[in-house]
Amino acid sequence: MPVSSSIVVGLDGSEASVRAADAGAEAARRHDLRLVLACVVPWSPYAITTNEDNERRSVDKAREVAAAQERVLDPVVARLSADGDIDVEGVVRHGHPAETLVALAREHDAAWITVGRVGQSRVRTLLFGSTPGSLIQLSSVPVLVVP
Amino acid sequence: MDTAPATVLAASFDEQVDSFFAPISDFIVSIVFFAIPLDFIDEGVELPLIVVWLVVAGFFFTIYLRGFQFRAFTHAIQLIRGRYDDPRDAGEVTHFQALATAVSGTVGLGNIAGVAVAISLGGPGATLWMIVAGLVGMCTKGVECTLGVKYRNVYADGRVSGGPMWYLSRGLAEKGMGTLGKVLAVLFCIFTLGGAVGGGNMFQANQAFSQAQSVTGGDDGPLGGGAAGAIFGLVLALLVGAVIIGGIRSIARVTDKLVPFMAVFYVLACLTVLVVNLSDVPEALWAIVSQAFSPEAGFGGIVGVLIQGFRRAAFSNEAGLGSAAIAHSAVKTEEPATEGHVAVLEPFIDTVVICTMTALAIVITGTYADDSSAPGVQTTSAAFETVVGWFPLVLAVAVILFAYSTMLAWSYYGLKAATYLFGESMLVDRTWKFIFCVFVVIGASSALDAVIGFSDSMIFLMALPNILGLYLMAGVVKREIYGYRRRLESGEILPVAERTG
Repeated sequence: MPVSSSIVVGLDGSEASVRAADAGAEAARRHDLRLVLACVVPWSPYAITTNEDNERRSVDKAREVAAAQERVLDPVVARLSADGDIDVEGVVRHGHPAETLVALAREHDAAWITVGRVGQSRVRTLLFGSTPGSLIQLSSVPVLVVP
Repeated sequence: MDTAPATVLAASFDEQVDSFFAPISDFIVSIVFFAIPLDFIDEGVELPLIVVWLVVAGFFFTIYLRGFQFRAFTHAIQLIRGRYDDPRDAGEVTHFQALATAVSGTVGLGNIAGVAVAISLGGPGATLWMIVAGLVGMCTKGVECTLGVKYRNVYADGRVSGGPMWYLSRGLAEKGMGTLGKVLAVLFCIFTLGGAVGGGNMFQANQAFSQAQSVTGGDDGPLGGGAAGAIFGLVLALLVGAVIIGGIRSIARVTDKLVPFMAVFYVLACLTVLVVNLSDVPEALWAIVSQAFSPEAGFGGIVGVLIQGFRRAAFSNEAGLGSAAIAHSAVKTEEPATEGHVAVLEPFIDTVVICTMTALAIVITGTYADDSSAPGVQTTSAAFETVVGWFPLVLAVAVILFAYSTMLAWSYYGLKAATYLFGESMLVDRTWKFIFCVFVVIGASSALDAVIGFSDSMIFLMALPNILGLYLMAGVVKREIYGYRRRLESGEILPVAERTG
């Protein structure tokens, strides 16, 4: 079995997801792993769209990525990498939240995936509340749910 | 009796619209459907050149690209399933979404009313020619959409939009025919504006009203009065305006989500008719095949049947008109040929599947032979009614939804044509959308003959500059498609799951 090199944390801007990031950072420090903070924008390749939606899609995607980066990832990445003792990376990706976290875990050789228990739906770029449940079914690595 | 003067006034409004519109329509129809009399075959047989133009293009590209549409099929399905999509492109317009948007603009009254018209005028044999037209139309559509993506325009703010106006001007400029390209692009845009208010709007509004009137009790029902058409049109215009002018996009999204369900329901309803009359299916199939070659009217009749079939198929799947290339162009891909592959599925779904279903239902139940009312949605509705009493009601809802989503799609095509001609500005945007809404009211108030004539004419005119451009750029398309297929076959392009590194 290959040696894992990271921990993937699902970040959605909720307090629970920030606690998950903190737990991930602590574990990364202890096990000398990279910390990958992932914000997934819910999106389906099969959603029905209009012509106007399609015309603007690239622009909208760029805006959604920027918003996720600025509002959700940047503050947490900045805080956790301030001490300089762990390698922290922020990733924004569109897709089904649980499936995308599993894909990211595979890409980054993650030891496990950490998520918060409660998601909030105030910002568009949030994970769905049922993400931990789906993750448990889909993931090939352990899933740690932080209350 | 207080309402009497208002009713008379409104009734005369409907008539005025009609009497004003009919001569214009007749004039344009006589030009567009200029036909060569084939009296040496049989008296009264005519060959409209525009239909020849469309069909020849379909056969030309099918031969030139060696049956590309049939070889493209399997790969097209892999593409819409996302097998070749780079995960980093998640969040962009997928092949599935581009296809679904184009299909929801195409599937509509052409599939329900158009087929009924073809069979009523041409007999069951027209169905076979519709299918043939659909099969060759798949190739034309693939060609259009390959060019649509290749020469699409990316605006300064990052929006993506393409279509014949862009490939005609840019593609022909590359070949040193810049002036011709610009002229063709401008002509295409003018005809698109006409097609958008005609087939994309008035025809839809007209049939939606006629269907609503029919299920609410016909002339004696609440929508039977003289003013009903105008009032229905006004309500429909408000609903269209709410989306395109008011920006209430949620209505459009809800409609677009309902359309696929309605399409599935429609096919199920047709299948129900087939299953209930299972023993008549072989006979109907035989009628479709045999009467395609030997209608009762003799050899002259064949041409008539063939023309009806081809004409209605073109109106339904829009292959060669260039409209779909606008809808397909926003897809996220580095390879224009991929959308060319996916686009062949559109006429397949529209004509080969849905139109054939309608045709079978109409032929089996024999409702096309009833000439008590003008052929149209009612013919299909009557076919459904023979099996389940409440089907016409659901069909009416489906017709109105199809009409509505087609109108929204065409308002977009028209807008793209208008902004190409007059520049991107709020004034152009609002003026076009306002005019579009006015024509909804006119369409709902006008008699079908005038509307159908005008709609056909303007929509078919789009094929003139578009197909001329397709011929001139046939080499470009061949290089794109063959080059892509070569890399696909050599393993240079792999599905995402098989890529390494």
